[in-house]
Parts: sequence; structure tokens; C-alpha cells
Amino acid sequence: MSTPPDSSPPPLRSSDEQSVGDPVPDGLMSHSAPDPSRVEGSVYDGLLEHHDVVGDDARWAFGTAFEDPLAGVDTTVPDDVDASALAAYCLMLGDDALVLSHRLSEWCSRAPDLEDDIALANIALDLLGQARLLLARAAAADPSVVPPLPEGSPVPAEDALAFFRDAGELRNVRLAEVANGDFAHTVVRLLVLATVRLAVLGRLVGSRDPVLAAIAAKGVKEVTYHRDYAGRWFVTLAQGTEESRRRLLAAVAELWPLCEEPLQVHETERAMARAGVGVDPGEVRDEVDAVLGQVLAAGGVDRPDVAALAGVGGRTGRHGLHTEALSRMLAEMQVVARAHPTGRW
Amino acid sequence: MSAGEWPLYEVFVRGKRGLNHVHVGSLHAADDEMAVHHARDVYTRRNEGVSIWVVRADAITASSPDEKDPLFAPAGDKVYRHPTFYSVPDDVPHL
Repeated sequence: MSTPPDSSPPPLRSSDEQSVGDPVPDGLMSHSAPDPSRVEGSVYDGLLEHHDVVGDDARWAFGTAFEDPLAGVDTTVPDDVDASALAAYCLMLGDDALVLSHRLSEWCSRAPDLEDDIALANIALDLLGQARLLLARAAAADPSVVPPLPEGSPVPAEDALAFFRDAGELRNVRLAEVANGDFAHTVVRLLVLATVRLAVLGRLVGSRDPVLAAIAAKGVKEVTYHRDYAGRWFVTLAQGTEESRRRLLAAVAELWPLCEEPLQVHETERAMARAGVGVDPGEVRDEVDAVLGQVLAAGGVDRPDVAALAGVGGRTGRHGLHTEALSRMLAEMQVVARAHPTGRW
Repeated sequence: MSAGEWPLYEVFVRGKRGLNHVHVGSLHAADDEMAVHHARDVYTRRNEGVSIWVVRADAITASSPDEKDPLFAPAGDKVYRHPTFYSVPDDVPHL
């Protein structure tokens, strides 16, 4: 590295000049965010050395070439597709992602260790991204699904769907919504939902709706990691200590009655599958059984022989019939947005 | 290290167009494989990386600050060791 010209500010202080007991200068606190303008540089400098940072050097340790998952995708609804059924179908896939994302985000600052705190937040953000695209698609296909907001409200349709619908209007499966328990509970829930979702998205890549196909293509890579993460932890907890195994078995026993619902087909899913737009979750049952069977076997865990949690009059989460946990979750999730329906964020 | 805490790993990431792995920080993990996954979650979430190395911190042998002068000071006045003494052809990359 060459000597800076005279006009540039001198280094604050090189690290080996800083002795114990010296006051720490502003910006050099050990936990402050790396500052790219710091002359002595940050640990990320090496990553940046070979990057073209011209015009963009205010961003440190950034990735490059971020992709818009819908770039170049034709967003018009195919002529022969029932737009309101497509919207309902997008809400089902989108609400699963939205609700599970929120449950995972509740772990922020509470996970067993820092690394898994970040891992869970990453997964929550992946799912939130999928939810945004799917809710936006639902609104584009059938604007009548979007709750009305006061005149002049700047809230976009995807936010209106997320923050201004009541529990009875959400179409997620109940497994996504039940309140968090311990870490094992989260691992079991994530394993089952990611396994089903990956199998569904893998088929949805061939959807006749180009937007759903693009969202699925993006989602497959994300959910593959989610399933892998949950599967690893499932086996680790199952084969770990006596206490970790006890907790895992308790979580399996508690959640298994809810694990049938994601594989049950709703009439909207059946209609969309027949139209070549959606996926019948019944079709993925064999794949899901095989994957879960492999993970259960690796963990030495028997598949519980329990009845599925019944719906009410045949109605389940996909029909808008939910547990009380969802109302409580939405109350917290939506309170700020609902207090300021014309707010700009 | 306190009892029950996972061992410390040092993490090296190769950037998208970087040519070498660069030390970016450290983390705790129960084993090597978990360390790679934790590194993915902690250090590549802003689309920085294409490759990760992890190594247990206790497997690294480091020079001592006390040896700084005998190790490094002798190189301080040997400017002729720099390749700037030679003209580099334009078509030689990565120098």
C-alpha cells in the first residue's frame, strides 16, 4: 500500500500504538460497526480489494450482483387462469412463509447462542422475502383480496395483506402458527415445514404462472438450506445429551398431530394443480415421508403414531380456521402498522 | 474457555472476485462441519462469499509480539526486494 498523499487525514492511530489504559477513540470501540473510511481499514478490506467499488465505496463488506428474482419475468396472469383462485393460492403459500417467518424472528436475541440466533434470523428473512413476493402476486392477480385502507395511505398491497388482515383471513397451516417452545420445538417445526415446502416449490418451478415459477426457483435454494439446517439440528439434539433428546422427543410428540395438515389438499390447491399453476400437496407425500423417515432414523426417533389434529367441520388453517395462538401473534405483529394506517415506513 | 463452551474457530472467506481466502473473524461451533455452516450464516449473509475455510483457533501457531523486531525489522530497509524495481509487462495480471 502506498503512503497516503499529504492531503489525506493521518491515521487515527495504528493498532500497535494503542496501549492498555488509553481511552478508546470514538469509532474504535471493539463492537462498533466497521467503518470503511477508517484509514487503518477493517477486517473486510481484503474481501474488497479485488472488487470494483467505484461509486459504491460507502458500503462495506457488501455483496455484489444482487438479483431481482422477478427480473425479466412476464407478470401478466395467464388468460385461462382463474385470477381469484390464483390469488387465494398465493395467499396460502405466502401466509405459511409470513407466519413461520414471524415465529422464527421471535428468536432474535433469545437463541441458544449467537451463531444460531443469526441463522434463525437469516431463515426468517428468507421466508419474509418469499412472503412479500407471494402476497404481492396475490394482490396483482386479484386486487379485491387486499384490505381497504384510508384514502391516500402509502401502504403497499403486500403490507396491507400482511398487517391488515385478521386471523380468519390468513390461509397458513396451523403448524406454522403455534407459539414457540424451546429450540427443539423450533427445529422440529422447521424440519417438517421446510421439507414440505421444498417438495412443493421443487414442483412449482414448472408452474404455468411465470411469477410463481420464478418465486419457486428462488425459494428452492433458500428452503434447501432451511431443511438442511433443521435436519442437522434434529439429529444433533436426538443423539446429543439426555436432556437434548428428552426435549426433542417432547417437541416431536407435541407437534406431530399438526404435521399432517400441510399434506392435506384444499380445493383451491387442487384446482390450481389441475390448471398447471399450483401443486397438490398430496403429490409430495411420498417425498416428504422419505425425507422425514431418513432424518428420524438418523436420530433414532420413532415416528409417532398419533392422530392428526382435526379441523372444525372439516375446516383447517387453509380455510382460515386457526388456533388462538395466531390471533395473539398477529396482535403483536400488526399493532404498529394498524395504529398508523397512513404511516410511511 | 469456560466449561461447556464450544471451541473457537477462525473463519476465512473468499470473495466473489477475490483470489484468496481472507480472515474475516471467528465464531464458536461444536465441530468442523457446524463451523462451516455457522460461518455461512454469520459471515456470508450479505452476498460476500463463494468459499469458506474454517480452522480451530487452537490449531493456529502464531508469532509472538515479543519477536516482532527480530522477525520483521530486518526486512524494513531492503527496499530492493520489491518488484517495483522491475518493469512489469501490462499483460501480467494479479501482481
